[in-house]
Amino acid sequence: MSEVGITLDSLLGQLLLGLVNGSFYAMLSLGLAVIFGLLNIVNFAHGALYMMGAYFAWIGLTYFGIGYWWSLLIAPSFVAVFGMVIERSLLQWLYKLDHLYGLLLTFGVSLIIEGTYRYFFGVSGQPYPVPELLSGSTDLGFMSLPNYRGWVVIASLAVCLSTWFVIERTRLGAYLRAATENPQLTQAFGINVPLLVMLTYGFGAALAAFAGVLAAPVIQITPLMGNNLIVIVFAVVVIGGMGSILGAVATGLALGVIEGLTKVFYPEASSTVVFVIMALVLLVRPAGLFGREK
Amino acid sequence: MIKLSLVLGVAMAVLIAACSKSDDVDEKVTDGAIRIGVLTDMSGLYSDIGGQGSIVAAELAVEDLGGEVDGKPIELVSVDHQNKADIAAQKVREWIDRNGVDMVTDALNSAVALATSKVVAEKKRILMVTGAATTRLTNEDCTAYTIHHSYDTFALANGTGTAVVKQGGDTWFFLTSDYAFGHSLETDTANIVKKAGGSVLGAVRHPLSASDFSSFLLQAQNSKAKIIGLANAGGDTINSIKAANEFGLTETQNLAGLLVFITDIHSLGLPVTQGMYVTSGWYWDLNDETRAWSKRFFERMGKMPTMIHAGVYSSVIMYANAVKATGTDEADGIMEWLRNNPQSDMFGKNLTLRKDGRLVHDMYLMQVKDPSESNAAWDYYNVRQTIPAANAFQPLSESRCPLITGGSS
Repeated sequence: MSEVGITLDSLLGQLLLGLVNGSFYAMLSLGLAVIFGLLNIVNFAHGALYMMGAYFAWIGLTYFGIGYWWSLLIAPSFVAVFGMVIERSLLQWLYKLDHLYGLLLTFGVSLIIEGTYRYFFGVSGQPYPVPELLSGSTDLGFMSLPNYRGWVVIASLAVCLSTWFVIERTRLGAYLRAATENPQLTQAFGINVPLLVMLTYGFGAALAAFAGVLAAPVIQITPLMGNNLIVIVFAVVVIGGMGSILGAVATGLALGVIEGLTKVFYPEASSTVVFVIMALVLLVRPAGLFGREK
Repeated sequence: MIKLSLVLGVAMAVLIAACSKSDDVDEKVTDGAIRIGVLTDMSGLYSDIGGQGSIVAAELAVEDLGGEVDGKPIELVSVDHQNKADIAAQKVREWIDRNGVDMVTDALNSAVALATSKVVAEKKRILMVTGAATTRLTNEDCTAYTIHHSYDTFALANGTGTAVVKQGGDTWFFLTSDYAFGHSLETDTANIVKKAGGSVLGAVRHPLSASDFSSFLLQAQNSKAKIIGLANAGGDTINSIKAANEFGLTETQNLAGLLVFITDIHSLGLPVTQGMYVTSGWYWDLNDETRAWSKRFFERMGKMPTMIHAGVYSSVIMYANAVKATGTDEADGIMEWLRNNPQSDMFGKNLTLRKDGRLVHDMYLMQVKDPSESNAAWDYYNVRQTIPAANAFQPLSESRCPLITGGSS
């Protein structure tokens, strides 16, 4: 443990950093929640899709001179197409089976993706520069926050809110929710449910890739970057309640902050605190904080 | 008919193999082959500093030996230990019991090396650690069958710690990987810093493969220490350095990477690493011999070797030399011979095995070049100082190894 006294300034700083990490958790768990809500698939490939997003950004910059801002658009699109191919070719056969099959399949897919990237790029990783516009840092009084980290929080909140808005407040979202509730009946109304499902998986994949591009300038891009994150993100989804969109976002942010605080008071436990909370929540509310009991 | 004779043939072979197994004590080289196991991280955060490169290094050694020692073929096996000590220990047990492995090399990751050393000692085979760093291997956990080859946390701390304190970096804060290796590196460096007149203000322990280092670095920043000692390795070191630059720590404080590999420098680039001190047991650009060997390695791997790769090569050569000289693969005899006969190869000259298992050789203090000084990819270091073998490692007088102190293990 740190032998340096904990001041208010450093505490505020840690809270803010926790919020930055929480933004990543929120974005990733949002994608997982959307996919689980509609497809009933526990998407273990999410970490690999996140990693692919970061790599597409890096490949774009290194080989084609595509800058960061375009990458934010292009990389998620590519990964979305990849995701839709996976859904059509593999996942669609599993919807009627137990969750375990989807979990195993997507886990296998993620191992293949990570292995392929490791073969070509090694594990030491590739650096990605912070875009010019966001380089430098802002002095907030209690700490100096790199501008880029601030942007991460804003971008992820914007994405999470618009996703929530689309699903809860638009006609498309209404179709989605209807298809989740009762696919047969929705289909009977003339809505193309398989297409909806494919697009949803593509969208979930794009969210992961977007988070990957956002993360690229912050951490070294390596084939294992998703692997380190995915288990925590799953815990976030379980705590929030499987399939709950609002739950995923709120829990993601909150756990980022709690993890940040743990890093100050007892850093050794920072990788386990999320799971302790998960165990406690499951004991009290088995459906998660925001989930509905079925 | 052919099928029947085939079945019979296989049955005979199995019988013969079973018989020869039962009296292999009488044979000089058991099973008629020398089997070497490369135990490494093939897929995790350390797979660039060891991994496939370690296998290639071992293959190069086997080629240089002509594939055999006195007519006995050298066979290589390898496994991915996934950085899990239990998997490693179980695999090594299987290697020895079923596959007749005589020597295990690399053993990256200190937890893996510690677990494996117990199995190897129990089975009376030999473990040549080139990958792991903890000094426990030659202190509390020393065995008569472990050779700690390429470097250790004391040597790293000694090289980098002393140099940095001498340059005026006398207050330290540690960012430590929370397992055997990190603790060992932190303790050893803290001792060196204090001995050189510096002081340690604190430390923060992070989990292995942490996804974000900014919180830990902020604590380091608040400590106001002049030097942030990175007692971690691989991807963790890379992400620490990256985040330190992002948060502007490097403007007011200096980083001391205590275990930095050339692959890390390559990955981060010179602009963020320039000026850093690095202690290493080996560098590809030391002399003609190292350059020639590294060129061969580069042709197969597409990147330059780390000191771990060079260590694996050297360990295979050393082991083969010992088998040749003693005419046996019996572990006690080989260890005895190696203790009495210092070796020289591409890794270094006069490699001397001490009784505690420490292989003593020169270490090098290097400084990362400015981007303007670097003439080509992988041209990253200026060798600032050669630390002579006699001063590079923990002196035997300070040893906590029961083989030295005479205590029971």
